[in-house]
Amino acid sequence: MAVCIAVIAKENYPLYIRSVPIQNELKFHYTVHTSLDVVEEKISAVGKAMADQRELYLGLLYPTEDYKVYPSHMIIVYYTPVCMFFLLIENILLYRHTRYGCVTNSKVKFVIVADSSNTSLRDNEIRSMFRKLHNSFTDVMCNPFYNPGDTIQSKAFDSMVSAMMVQAS
Amino acid sequence: MSPTQWDLPPELCCRPMAFVALTGLDVTYNAIHRAIWDAFCANRRADRVPISFKVLPGDHEYPKCRTKRTSYEWYIPKGILKTGWMNKHLNLVPALLVLFYELDWDDAVWKEKQSECATKVEIVRTSLQGRNTKVAVVLIQKKTPLPPGEDLVASERAASLCNACDLSGKSLFVLPHTDHLVGYIIRLENAFYEHAQTYYYTEIRRVKSHKEFLNKTTHQLLFVRHQFKIAFFSELKQDTQNSLKYYRTAYSLVHELRTHETNMLEIKTMAGFINYKICRLCFQHNTPLDAIAQFRKHIDLCKKKIGSAELAFEHTAWMSKQFQSFGDLFDEAIKLGLTAIQTQNPGFYYQQAAYYAQERKQQATHLCAHEASVSYPTPDHLETPSGALDFYGQRAWRQGHQSIDPPHMEKEKGGILALQMKEKDVPHSELIIALLSNAVAQFKKYKCPRMKSHLMVQMGEEYNHAKDYTKALKLLDYVMCDYRTERWWSLLTSILSTALRCSYLMAHIKDYITYSMELVGRASTLREEQKSRIEKNLIKVLMNEVPEAEPDCDQASAKAAQALWSDRMSLAGSNEFTIEVQDYVPFVQCKAKFLSPSFHVDDPVQLHVYLRADCPHPVRFSKLCVSLSNQEYNQLCVVEEPCKSQDILEASSQENMCLVPGKTRIYSFKFVAKTEDVGKKIEITAVDLMLGSDNGRCVFLNWRGGGGDAASSHEALLAARSFKSRGRVPEQHVEWDTVSIQASTMIISRIPKISVQLSHEPPALNNEMYRITVSIQSNEETVTKDVKLTAGLKPGQDANLTQSTHVTLNGLEMCDESHPALLPDIAIGDLQPGEKVEKCLYVRCVTTGARIFLFHVAYALSTKVEGKDITCRCHKDETVTIETVVPFEVAVKFVSTKFEHLDRVYVDIPFLLMTDILSASPWPLHLVTSQLQLAPTMAAMDQPQSQVEHVVLQTGECASECFSLQCPPVLNGTSSVASGQYLISWKRKSWCADAPVVTTVTTLPHVMVETIPLYVHAELPSFGRVRESMPVRYHIQNRTGLVQDVEMSVEPSDAFMFSGLKQVRLRILPGAEQEMLYNFYPLMAGYQNLPQLNISLLRFPAVSGQLLRRFLPSRIFVKVHLQCLAKARFVQYTTDCCPMDRVSHLSCRSLQFIQSDHGPLGCISDQSSPCMS
Repeated sequence: MAVCIAVIAKENYPLYIRSVPIQNELKFHYTVHTSLDVVEEKISAVGKAMADQRELYLGLLYPTEDYKVYPSHMIIVYYTPVCMFFLLIENILLYRHTRYGCVTNSKVKFVIVADSSNTSLRDNEIRSMFRKLHNSFTDVMCNPFYNPGDTIQSKAFDSMVSAMMVQAS
Repeated sequence: MSPTQWDLPPELCCRPMAFVALTGLDVTYNAIHRAIWDAFCANRRADRVPISFKVLPGDHEYPKCRTKRTSYEWYIPKGILKTGWMNKHLNLVPALLVLFYELDWDDAVWKEKQSECATKVEIVRTSLQGRNTKVAVVLIQKKTPLPPGEDLVASERAASLCNACDLSGKSLFVLPHTDHLVGYIIRLENAFYEHAQTYYYTEIRRVKSHKEFLNKTTHQLLFVRHQFKIAFFSELKQDTQNSLKYYRTAYSLVHELRTHETNMLEIKTMAGFINYKICRLCFQHNTPLDAIAQFRKHIDLCKKKIGSAELAFEHTAWMSKQFQSFGDLFDEAIKLGLTAIQTQNPGFYYQQAAYYAQERKQQATHLCAHEASVSYPTPDHLETPSGALDFYGQRAWRQGHQSIDPPHMEKEKGGILALQMKEKDVPHSELIIALLSNAVAQFKKYKCPRMKSHLMVQMGEEYNHAKDYTKALKLLDYVMCDYRTERWWSLLTSILSTALRCSYLMAHIKDYITYSMELVGRASTLREEQKSRIEKNLIKVLMNEVPEAEPDCDQASAKAAQALWSDRMSLAGSNEFTIEVQDYVPFVQCKAKFLSPSFHVDDPVQLHVYLRADCPHPVRFSKLCVSLSNQEYNQLCVVEEPCKSQDILEASSQENMCLVPGKTRIYSFKFVAKTEDVGKKIEITAVDLMLGSDNGRCVFLNWRGGGGDAASSHEALLAARSFKSRGRVPEQHVEWDTVSIQASTMIISRIPKISVQLSHEPPALNNEMYRITVSIQSNEETVTKDVKLTAGLKPGQDANLTQSTHVTLNGLEMCDESHPALLPDIAIGDLQPGEKVEKCLYVRCVTTGARIFLFHVAYALSTKVEGKDITCRCHKDETVTIETVVPFEVAVKFVSTKFEHLDRVYVDIPFLLMTDILSASPWPLHLVTSQLQLAPTMAAMDQPQSQVEHVVLQTGECASECFSLQCPPVLNGTSSVASGQYLISWKRKSWCADAPVVTTVTTLPHVMVETIPLYVHAELPSFGRVRESMPVRYHIQNRTGLVQDVEMSVEPSDAFMFSGLKQVRLRILPGAEQEMLYNFYPLMAGYQNLPQLNISLLRFPAVSGQLLRRFLPSRIFVKVHLQCLAKARFVQYTTDCCPMDRVSHLSCRSLQFIQSDHGPLGCISDQSSPCMS
C-alpha cells in the first residue's frame, strides 16, 4: 500500500498530492519533488522510443531505496503518455484518450511512495495501482468542469486514492 | 576520547604494504647513504613493488614479542582486536630487516669488517627475538662487481660472510655504488618484496594454526580476530582476493557473536572496520555492485543494533560515519575511473550520512539536556592509564570486560554521563553541513537538480540552527526561485518561513519585508491566522515598529533580535526600500494595460492599473505611479494620498487607496500624447506601489513592465483554458484572471477627414501617357493647411518597376527616363472645408504587368483635445493597382507574290511583307499612321505608304498592311538579313486631339535570303475563256555566271490544248534570258490547272523543278464562252424557282452538262449574277 500518492503536471507542479501521516507531509512533498529528477531523466533518456509504448511504467526509481531520502520508503513512478486533444465547444470539453499515442503527450506523471517494509508489494500490484490511478485520472479529465492544469479536487479521485493508501493507524 | 572517535583509524584506511626496515644507513651525514635512501623512497609509482620502507637505527627496539601461547584452554579473550595491532604490523614489525654495510670484497681489513658485520646482524637478531622477521645484508661497494663466477675472491668471501652472519646465500646482496643506482635498487627491492611475501605467508600460516586450539564457547572473539589478522596479512602480502575472502568470513563471524548492550559498540566498530575493508577491496577489484550489496547488507544488519538507549546518539553517529566512509570510497573509485549513475552515486550516501548526523543531533539534544547543575563526573571515567583503549570499540571504564552486565553500575553511570557531556560539545551542525555540501556536489554532478535544491534547503535550515543566518539566507534564497518556478507552493512556503525567521533574527528589514510579502500572498499555503500574524508584523515594520518574534525562535535569540530591531528603528535614513516583485509572488498583484493597442493622437491615451491584494487584511498604500517609456507622461500617471502612518490597517474599504482582499481595484489614467510621439510606441516600463509612508518606512513594490509576477503567467494560461472565463461578468466587477497585461501602445496619427478619389480608365496601355485624375476633397471642419500630394509608384515594389514607370504632371509631352516613378510632395496649398481640388497625373508604363500606385495626401490641422490645442499632421493614403497591357499585337509575315508563305526570300525576286495589327486594348485605338523603316538589306519596290492611316480599331479588330519588297543580292548563297522596323503611331480614340501620339516600334524579323541560279516567270493573261486561244510566255533567266543547260517539258493537261515546244533542251548564256511562247486553249471553264512546266538544270541538280515552279502560276481562271452564257442563265432560273426533284430528267442532264462544262455555279454568279449566295 502506498503512503503517498501524487499526480504531477507536465510542467512538474503538483496537481494532486496526498500522504498518509499528516505530520510528515512536507517530507513527502520533498520526496515526490526530488523523485522528479529521475523521472525527467528517464523520460528524456528514453524519449521518443517510449511514446509508442502502451504503458510507461518507470519502475522503481531508486534502486537503493533504503538508503536515500527517507529510509523506510521506496519511490515508484509511473509515467503515462496520456495522449489527448481538447476541443472546446460551448463549454463542453470533449476529451479523447488513446493509449496508442499520436496527438500530444500530456506528460502527466504519477508518483507513488510505498512503504518499503511492505515486502509483499509486487511489481504487478504497483502496476495495477497505477492503472487504477490512471483510470481515475482519466475520469477527472473527462469532467467538463475540470480545467486541465488545475489541481484535482474530486471526491471520486480522493476516495480512490484513499483506498490505495495505507490506512493510518 | 577525541571528537573524531567515529573516524576510521588511518591504519585501516591506508593500503597495507609490506614493511621493510633498513638499518645501517646514515642518511643525515653520509651522502652515499642518502642517495641510496632517496632511490628507495623517491618516485614510488604504481610500477614499483608495494613496500613501505623505513630507516631505523641498528639498535632500534622492536615491539616485544609475547611468549607464544601453547594452549588456549584457560584463555578468555578480552576483546576482538587490539588497537595497536594494525599499526604494529604496518609500521613497527618489519617483514624484512635489511642491514646495510660498506664492505668491498678486496677490503684491506676484511676479517675485522666481517666480524663487525656479523655483530651487527647479531644485534638486530636479538632485538627481533621471537619474530619471524627475515634479516638480509646488503654490502655497499665502491667497485663494480665482476660477472658472477669470475671473481673467485668475491664468492669465497661471500660464503664466509654468510657463514659468519648465519645468513642464507639468498639474503646477502651487493650494492655497487655506481651510476646505475636506481636500477640496482629496483632489483634489490624486488628481492626484498619476495622475502616479505614469504614472511607474511608464514605469519598467515602461524595465525591459521591457532584455530585448532579454539573452542566455540569461549573463543568466539578469537575467531573474528584470527580471520581479521589473516585477511590483513594477506593484504600485506598483496593477495587481495584471499584477503577479501577472509574479511568476508570475519564479517559473518562478527555477526555471530552474542550481542548485548556492553559489547554492542565493539561489535559494531569491528563490523564497520571489516565492512570498510570489504567495500574497499570490492571497489579495488572493480566490482562496485558487490561493494554496494555488502554495504546494504551491513546497514541492514546493523541499523537495529542501537545499543544503550542513553547513548543512542552514538549509534546514529556511527551510522552516519558508515555512510560517509562508503561515500568516500565510492567517490574515490569514481576518481579512479568508475562510472556512477543518477540513481546510484555517492551523493545518496553522503545524504544519508547527513540524515543520520541530523538524527544524532536530535538525539543528542534530547539525551544530553542535562540541567546546569550536572557537572562532568570526576574522576573522569573516560580516562585510561595509557590514554587510549586497548581494544577497538570498548568502554574506557570497563576495558576487556566481556560479560553481559556491566561490572560496576556507578562507573557505568558516570561513564555514560561523561559521554553525554562530551557529545554536547560536538559541532553537529558543522558535521551535517559538511556532509550535505558533499552530497550537493555529487547530485550536481549526476543531474539531480531537485535533490540538490532539497539538500540546499536542508543546509540552509542547518545554518539556521547553527545561527549562521547570513549563510542560511543565502542558500535559501538561491533555491527559492527553483521551487517558485516549479510551482511547489507547499515547499516554497516552508522555505520562506525559515527564511523569514532568519531575516527576523538578523533584523534584516528588506528581506523580512520581501519574505512576508510572499508569505501572506496567494502562493503561500499557510493558514489564515498565520498569514494574519505575518501581515500584522509587516505593517508594524512599515510603521517603523518592532515586529513580533517568529514562532520557533528560541528565547535568547528572539531577545537579541528585538534589540537589533530597536537599533534599526532608531537609525535614521535607509527607510526606503524598493523591492522588485516581478520574480516573487507578492501579496499585491498588479496588471497594467492600455485600453487599446493604439491611440490616435487626438484621442487621450487611457491606461488602467488593476491591483488586487491576496492578504487576509485590507492594505493601504500611499502612492501608485506608472513609469512610461517617455518619462514626460509619468507625472500624469500617479495616484497619491498622503496618509497618516497609523491608519494602514484601519482604512475603510471605500477609500481609494485601500486594497480589500480578493477585490480588484482599477485605477485609470488618461493623458494626451504628444504630437512628436506619433508613430512611436509608448511602453509601461514599471509600476510602483508605495506602501507605508515617508515618515515611517516606505516600501516600493516595483513591477517591471506591465506587472505580473512569477505565478501570473501560468494563472493567465489556466484562466484562458478555463470554462469559467466564458461566463458573463457584470460590467463593474472585473474578473481578475481575465485581465490581460497590455504594456505598450502605439500613438498613431489622427484619422484624416479628407477624401481622395481617383478616376482613370484602366488598364493602362503600354507606353502611353496614362491619365489618372486625383480629386481631393476636404471634409474637415477647419482649414487644412499645407496639403501635399505624393503620387506615383508605391515604393517597395520590384526595383525594375521603378525603372519602367515614369510619372509626370504634364500630359502634353511624352515623358522619358528622366522622369521619376514617384512625384513627392506636390504642393496643393490650403483647402477650405468642403473644397475640392483635382490633379491630373500622367503615368507612362514601359513594361506590362500590374503596378501599385500610391496617392498620399498629407496636411496639417489644428485641433483641440481635452482642452489642449494641438497641431496634428494627418495623411490619407490611397492605392490603386493598375494593370498595363499591350495595346495591340503586330504580326509580320513574308509571302510570295502568290501570297504563299515564304520561309526564305530570293535575291532580286519581289515578295510581300504583310503586317497585321490586332487590337488588344479594351478601348478604341486610333492609329495615326504607320511607317516602314527598311534595313539596307531590303528595298521597297515602290514608295511604301501607310495604308492604315487614321484607322480606328475596336477591341479585337485587326488592321493589315502589305508592302512589296525585294532583296538586293547577298554575298553568300544564303544568309539571314535584318528587315528593318515597323513604326505605328497611335493614341486612344477617347483622348483629346492634343494628347501625345505614341509610337510603337516593332522590329521586323530577320529573313533568310537565298540566291537562285535560275529564275522563271510567266507572262499570261489574267483569265482565259473557254475555246479561246491564250498566249503564255515563260521567261527563263540564267542568274549565274555559267552557261546553263536547261531541259524543259510541258505535261499534257485535260483542261487545255496547247501549242508550243513540248519538250526542249536549251542552253542559256550567263545573265541571258530565254523566252518560251505557248498557246493554251482552254477546254473547260472555272479554275483550271495550267499544264505543268517541268524544268531541270543539269548543272544544278539541287535546284528542282519544284522550286522553280513556285515562281510560276499553277492555275488560271477560265471564263465561260459568251455563247454558253444564255444557257447558264436558264439553268440558274430553274434551280432557283423549282425544287431540284421537279426538274425534268432532260433538264437535269442539261444542267449536269452545264455544270461540268462551266465549272461550279458559283463561278457563274461571281461573274454575272450577284443574287446567288
